Amino acid sequence: MKHMLNIVLFLAMMTLGLGNNAYAQSGPLRIEITEGVIEPLPFAAPQFVAENAAAEQYARDITRLVAADLTNTGLFREIPPQAFISGVTSFSSPVQYSDWKAINAQALITGAVSVSGEQVTVKFRLFDIFSEAPLGEGLQFAGTTASWRRMGHKVADAVYTRITGESGYFDSRVVFVSETGPKNARRKRLAIMDYDGANVQFLTDSSSIVLAPRFSPTGDRVLYTSYSTGFPEIYVLDVASTGRRSLAEQPGTLTFAPRFSPNGQTVVYSLSQGGNTDIYRMPIAGGGATRLTSTPSIETAPSFSPDGGQIVFESDRSGNQQLYIMPANGGEATRISFGAGRYGTPVWSPRGDLIAFTKQNAGRFHIGVMRTDGSEERLLTASFLDEGPTWSPNGRVIMFTRESQGASGAPALYSVDITGRNLRRVPTQDGASDPAWSPLLP
Amino acid sequence: MIKIPKILCLIALLGLAACAAPDRFRNGDNTVDLNSRAGLDPAGGSNDPSSAAYFSQSIGDRVLFAVNESTLSPEARQTLDGQASWLTTNRGYSIIVEGHADEQGTREYNLALSAKRASAVQQYLVAQGVSAGRIRTVPYGKERPIELCSDESCYSKNRRAVTVLNAGLSS
Repeated sequence: MKHMLNIVLFLAMMTLGLGNNAYAQSGPLRIEITEGVIEPLPFAAPQFVAENAAAEQYARDITRLVAADLTNTGLFREIPPQAFISGVTSFSSPVQYSDWKAINAQALITGAVSVSGEQVTVKFRLFDIFSEAPLGEGLQFAGTTASWRRMGHKVADAVYTRITGESGYFDSRVVFVSETGPKNARRKRLAIMDYDGANVQFLTDSSSIVLAPRFSPTGDRVLYTSYSTGFPEIYVLDVASTGRRSLAEQPGTLTFAPRFSPNGQTVVYSLSQGGNTDIYRMPIAGGGATRLTSTPSIETAPSFSPDGGQIVFESDRSGNQQLYIMPANGGEATRISFGAGRYGTPVWSPRGDLIAFTKQNAGRFHIGVMRTDGSEERLLTASFLDEGPTWSPNGRVIMFTRESQGASGAPALYSVDITGRNLRRVPTQDGASDPAWSPLLP
Repeated sequence: MIKIPKILCLIALLGLAACAAPDRFRNGDNTVDLNSRAGLDPAGGSNDPSSAAYFSQSIGDRVLFAVNESTLSPEARQTLDGQASWLTTNRGYSIIVEGHADEQGTREYNLALSAKRASAVQQYLVAQGVSAGRIRTVPYGKERPIELCSDESCYSKNRRAVTVLNAGLSS
């Protein structure tokens, strides 16, 4: 019997192009990311086979990591191992499809792990249970034992890609501001971690305020704002060495809100002079700043389009904060936000189709998305204070800052998919704000 | 760039001191009581009309703003008139005007808004005769509230510009 997968997921942004046709899937195992959620796709991930004794712990941990990555998307549901009828004791043994079909698994992930010295090798296969066929070839990833989590994320990315047809986002990192202390004496420092909150490293100390780090397109450098001179100034930091360099043309210039161009050569940022904040661009190598806006109003939070041709930013030139798009070299700006309330912190999706933003209306804050012409605005969250969206590398998930209210209020990182489903807190030990998601790691 | 002595910084804000000018918040530490540091005040205590303590307590070191506004209210102008008069008499201080915003706003916008507030104070003081070369501004956005609650009673005090004195004008 041909089983028709009807896992129709509510990642509605796809529907912006497809209309509302959640078409029935046919052919091999596939999640169509489209409107109208029914149910996450059930998968089985029996513990990967340890091919030698040194691999046993890694096999257990990597299997759990792959399952967690998939489950946390909200698109997949793991069938608990206690329900399994047959086990997988050898990577090469044939799959007993009927045993997996009986527990309603639609996808089966098998794997094997071997460790040799400092190297861990992970191989996996993905099976479409109802078609009784492998989905794609087996794949193998190798790396150092210290980077075993990356091997697991790569397996999960491959599974996600084969089933959704979209690139993954698990093998990625997030740079953010780690926060400790009370609201009136916050200590902030830059930190970087895996997308799931693991492997936190600090990039600066807390001797001065740091704000809003942003990755370079290759993920090796970070732009941010620091008060280390006593005044807000933009810096570029090398992630590997944590060496940093001021980009301020003159000491004491008030600069903030930097972001890279898609080719990594240009920085766009805000400069405040005589109380007036406008947008500028300059080469990352330094020197030669060009002013892009010249109005008495506040212009800030610029973000390039993925093709580098345009910049979306916020301005209160109309009387309150709204979103505008202008050519990347300046020039006439077009307003794109027209709803009630104030709009800020626009960020262009890496896919180019959407702009994420913070909206403030009637005493609440929202993370939302709209098309680049301002149409089809959709609010994804609501709380006392949500702000500062950043896109997953595949443009399907948004991470942002949520701050709780009151004297004991503290910031935390959350993620939500672009339909507003699957809101999750990203685990961090201390308070955390201003996340920026890296590209998929090489 | 103005050089600011690190030892002699005199902080007016709420009688709190942290000698790391120009960013006196740099360690996130503003819990030191000025009274315990009175001995560091070379110009004497708050009874001395030329002291920084007198400036903060009797003249008034801060002005408050309406939501999303950077215009100076009549009360603010009155306070700044007093500041300008004091500053033109007591010329031994450089000045940093800090702009602040409440937490109801996005981080970048609040930085820009607080820059506008600080600049409004700077421009007013200059118009009242304080030498422009003595004054710098620094925007803090919503990074350094003084009141912690999440309602207007606190927000109204956090939307402020604070005139911070630094002893030893050396520009």
